[in-house]
Amino acid sequence: MPAVQETVDRVKSIDVDQYKYGFVTDIESEKAPKGLSEDTVRYISAKKGEPEWMLEWRLDAYRRWLTMEEPTWARVSYPKIDFQDYYYYSAPKSSGPKSIDEIDPEILATYEKLGIPLRERDILLGIEPQSGSRVAVDAVFDSVSVATTFKAELAKAGVIFCSISEAIREHPDLVRQYLGSVVPVTDNFYATLNSAVFSDGSFVYVPKGVRCPMELSTYFRINERNTGQFERTLLIADEGAYVSYLEGCTAPQRDENQLHAAVVELVALKDAEIKYSTVQNWYPGDKNGKGGIYNFVTKRGDCRGANSKISWTQVETGSAITWKYPSCILRGDGSQGEFYSIAISNGFQQVDSGTKMIHLGKNTSSRIISKGIAAGRSENTYRGQVTAHRRATNARNFTNCDSLLIGDKCGAHTVPYIEAKNASAVFEHEATTSKISEDQMFYCLQRGLSQEEAVALIVNGFVKDVLQHLPMEFAVEAQKLISVSLEGSVG
Amino acid sequence: MNIHANPPRTAAEEALVAHADQRVAAEPVAGPLAGRLGELRRAARDAFAANGLPHRRVEEWKYTDLRALLRTAAPAPAPVSTADVAAAGAEAVAFPDVRRILFVNGQLVASASDLSAEAGLSILPLSEALASGQGAIEKLNTLAPQKYDGVLALNTAFLDEGLVIRVDAGAHIARPVHIAHVVTGTEASATYTRLLVDVGAGAKATFVESFQGTEGVAYQTNDAVELFVGDGAHLDYVRVQEESLSALHLATMMVEIGHETKLHTFTLTTGAKASRVSLYGRFSGTHSHAGLRGATLLKGGQHADMTLLLDHAVSNCESRELFKTVLADESRGVFQGKIVVRQDAQKTDGRMMSQALLLGDEAEMDNKPELEIFADDVQCGHGATAGSLDEDLLFYLKARGIPAKEAEALLIQAFVGEAIEFVENDGLRDALIDRAEGWLKKRVA
Repeated sequence: MPAVQETVDRVKSIDVDQYKYGFVTDIESEKAPKGLSEDTVRYISAKKGEPEWMLEWRLDAYRRWLTMEEPTWARVSYPKIDFQDYYYYSAPKSSGPKSIDEIDPEILATYEKLGIPLRERDILLGIEPQSGSRVAVDAVFDSVSVATTFKAELAKAGVIFCSISEAIREHPDLVRQYLGSVVPVTDNFYATLNSAVFSDGSFVYVPKGVRCPMELSTYFRINERNTGQFERTLLIADEGAYVSYLEGCTAPQRDENQLHAAVVELVALKDAEIKYSTVQNWYPGDKNGKGGIYNFVTKRGDCRGANSKISWTQVETGSAITWKYPSCILRGDGSQGEFYSIAISNGFQQVDSGTKMIHLGKNTSSRIISKGIAAGRSENTYRGQVTAHRRATNARNFTNCDSLLIGDKCGAHTVPYIEAKNASAVFEHEATTSKISEDQMFYCLQRGLSQEEAVALIVNGFVKDVLQHLPMEFAVEAQKLISVSLEGSVG
Repeated sequence: MNIHANPPRTAAEEALVAHADQRVAAEPVAGPLAGRLGELRRAARDAFAANGLPHRRVEEWKYTDLRALLRTAAPAPAPVSTADVAAAGAEAVAFPDVRRILFVNGQLVASASDLSAEAGLSILPLSEALASGQGAIEKLNTLAPQKYDGVLALNTAFLDEGLVIRVDAGAHIARPVHIAHVVTGTEASATYTRLLVDVGAGAKATFVESFQGTEGVAYQTNDAVELFVGDGAHLDYVRVQEESLSALHLATMMVEIGHETKLHTFTLTTGAKASRVSLYGRFSGTHSHAGLRGATLLKGGQHADMTLLLDHAVSNCESRELFKTVLADESRGVFQGKIVVRQDAQKTDGRMMSQALLLGDEAEMDNKPELEIFADDVQCGHGATAGSLDEDLLFYLKARGIPAKEAEALLIQAFVGEAIEFVENDGLRDALIDRAEGWLKKRVA
C-alpha cells in the first residue's frame, strides 16, 4: 500500500512525535479576558453582535451550569479542570473578512498546510485534481469562522451554509426554532457550558426536497494557547432533503491540556437523510502523556420525521481524552439511525466513546458498528445504549463492537446498555476482543512487510466495515491517520 | 463511579440499622472465633449504616432499586414448630438420590436433616463451626468483594445460621447435597443464611440449594454462598429459586476458582416478586474452566436481576456464561455481566451470552454485558439478544397440528433447555427440566 508507506516515511522523519499537525500559526489574536463569568458570556455575545434573546439564552445556560457537577461516570481520569484557567474566546485580529482574499495569509497558509483548500478559485481553475468531488468548507480558527466557501453556489440550490454566528444574525427564526431542541440547554455539564460560551461553528439548512449539491465540511483548528474551543453546529434537513457533512479537527502541540467542548445538533424531518462524518485528530499529547486536547463532545441527531435517517461515522485518533457519544433519537416512525466508529488510542490517550440509539417511533431500526483499537498505554472504552420504549413496536437493532489490543499495557472495555421495553423489539448485540494473531503477522512479515506495515495492513482490514462508510475524500485520509496513530506501537 | 451523597435513610433502613445494632451488641459468641466474628459483624453493620440499601444511583443496582423494593424491614421469624417442619419437609423440592438438609424460616432443622457422616465430607452447622473454630470456618467472608454492598453487609451483620461444608482432598462425593430452604407461616419475616463450601484439591461434589415459601406472604430472604474450589477439584452448584410470588429474594454468591479446576453453576429462577443474585467469581489458579449459567422464567409483575462479575486474575482460564430469560406479561428481567481480564491474564478465553425472550407486550429486558480487558492475548466476547418467539418456527409447529400454546411452550422449553443441559448430574438436570416445564404448564393453564 503506497499510501501507508508514504505516511510511514513522513512520520519517521519527525523524530519525537508522530503528530504532524502540531505546528503553531503565529498571528495576533484578540482574546476575552481569561476565566469564565457572566461578563465573559456578555463579551462573547457582544463580539458576535448577537440579539438580546441569544444573550439571555446564554446567560440562562451559564447560570444553570454553575449549579451542575462535572460527570465522573466515564472511564477516563484527568486532573481536575480549572475552568477559570482558560480563554473562552480567541479570534485572529484581522477576522471578519469579506472575501477569501481578505483572510490573513497566515491562516490561509495554515489551512493549506493542513491540506484544506479554502480557495474556491484554485479549485475552479482546476488546480485541485478532483474537481468532480468539490467540498464546501467552513473553517473555524479558535473561536471564529474564518471562511466559508462555495456559499453562492449553495445558495442557488437554496442551501444555507454559514457560520452559526452569521446564522444567528441572518436567519434568527430558524436558529430560534431549532437551537437547543435536540440537545437541551441543561442536557449535561459540557453541553450547558457550551450553550453559555459557544463562539462559532457551522449552520446548515437544506430546504424541502433538496439534495445538497456537494459535500459540506467544517474544519476546526485550535491555535491559541490556553484556549477552549466551544463550537456549536446545527444542521437541519427539511422534508426529503439530503446532506452529507464532514468535520475535521487539529490543534498545535502544546504541553498544557486544552479544552474542547462542542455540541452538534442534527434535525432530520420527514424522509430526510443526514450523513455526518468526523475525522477527529486533535493533538493527543506527547509520548509521556503530557498535553493534548480534552475532547468533551455532545452530538445528537433527532430523526423527527417519518422515514428519516441519520448516520454518524467517526474516526477518532486524536485527543488526550475523548468523551463523546453521537446519538440518534428515532422519533419518527420508520426512522433509521446508524453509527460507525473507529476509535484508536495510543500513548496515554483515553477514549470513552460510543452511541445511544433511542427507539421511540414504530418500525425504527438502528445499526452500530464500533471498532476500538488500543495500543501503548491507552484505555479505550465503548459505552453505548440501545433502548426501545413501550410504544416503539418492531424496533430493530444490531450492534457489533470489536476491540483490538496491541501490547499488554493498554485496556479495551465494552459497556453496553441494552434495554428492551417492548416485546416486538429485536435487539442483537455482539462484542469481541482479541489481538492481532501471530499467524496473520507471520504471513505478512514473510512476504517482506515490516512489522509496522503489517500492523497497519491488518488494522485497516479490521476497520474496513467502518471506513467504507466514509466519503471518499475522508476515507483516504482516515486510512493514513490510522497508520500514523499506531506508529511506534509495535516492537 | 458516581459520587453522590446518599439520600436520607428510609424508615426501612433506620429499622435495619437498629436491628443490626441490637445484633452486634447482644450476642457475645463464645469460642475461638468470637473476636473475629464480632469484628466482622461490626464492620458489616458500619458498612450498611454508611451506605444503606443500594439504589438506582449505584451503577451496579441501576435496574433494581432495592431502596424502593425493600420498604419495611421484616422482623426475625418466630421459632419453628414441629408442624412447620412437617409442612416444610413436604413442600420442599424433592430431588432424586440426594442428601437433604432442611432449613425452615432460615433455621437449620437438624432433626429433619441428614447430617450423618460420610467419608471425605463434613457438614457442620454454622453455629457449631463458629463455636469450635473447626473446619473451613477460617475462610468465612474472605471472598467478600472490597466494595461491600448493602445486601452482603446485612447478611454478615446478621450472620449466625448456615452451614460450613468441607469436602476433603481427593474425595468424590457421589450423592448431591441438597440444602432446602422453606419459609412457612403467615407473618412476613426476614431470614439470613450463609453457606460455606470448601472443596479440597482433586475432590468432586455436587450441591443444590432450593428456596420456597408460603404464597401470599411478603417475606425477605437474604442468602450468601461462599464456594472455594481447590486445585484440580470439580464442583457443581445448582440453585433453584421458587420463592413465593410476594417474596423478596436477595442472594450473594462468591466463588474462588483454583488451579486446573472445573466449576459449573446453574441458577433456575421462577419465584419471588423481586429477586437479585450477585455472583462474584475469581480465578486464582491457571488452566481452569468455569461455566456460569442460568434460566429465568417470569410472569405477572415479577422482577429478576442477575448480576455477575467474573475476574480473570490469572492466565489460561476459560469461562462460559449463558443466561436465558423468558418474560411473560409485564415482568422485567435484568442481566448485568462483567468480565474483567487483568494484565497478567494472558490466553484468557471468555464467552458471555444473555438471551431474552419477550412474550408479554409489557415485558422488559435490560442487558448490560461488559468487558474490561487489560491483557492483549485474549479471546473474549459477549452477546446479548432480546426478541420475541420466531414466527417461522411457530408456524412450522402449528402447520404440523400442534396447538399454538403448546408450540409456544415447546419453543420456550428448547430455549431454556440450552442452558439447563450443562448440568452434569442426570437426576438434577431432569428435575430442572421438569420444573421449567411445570412453569410453562402453569402459564398455559
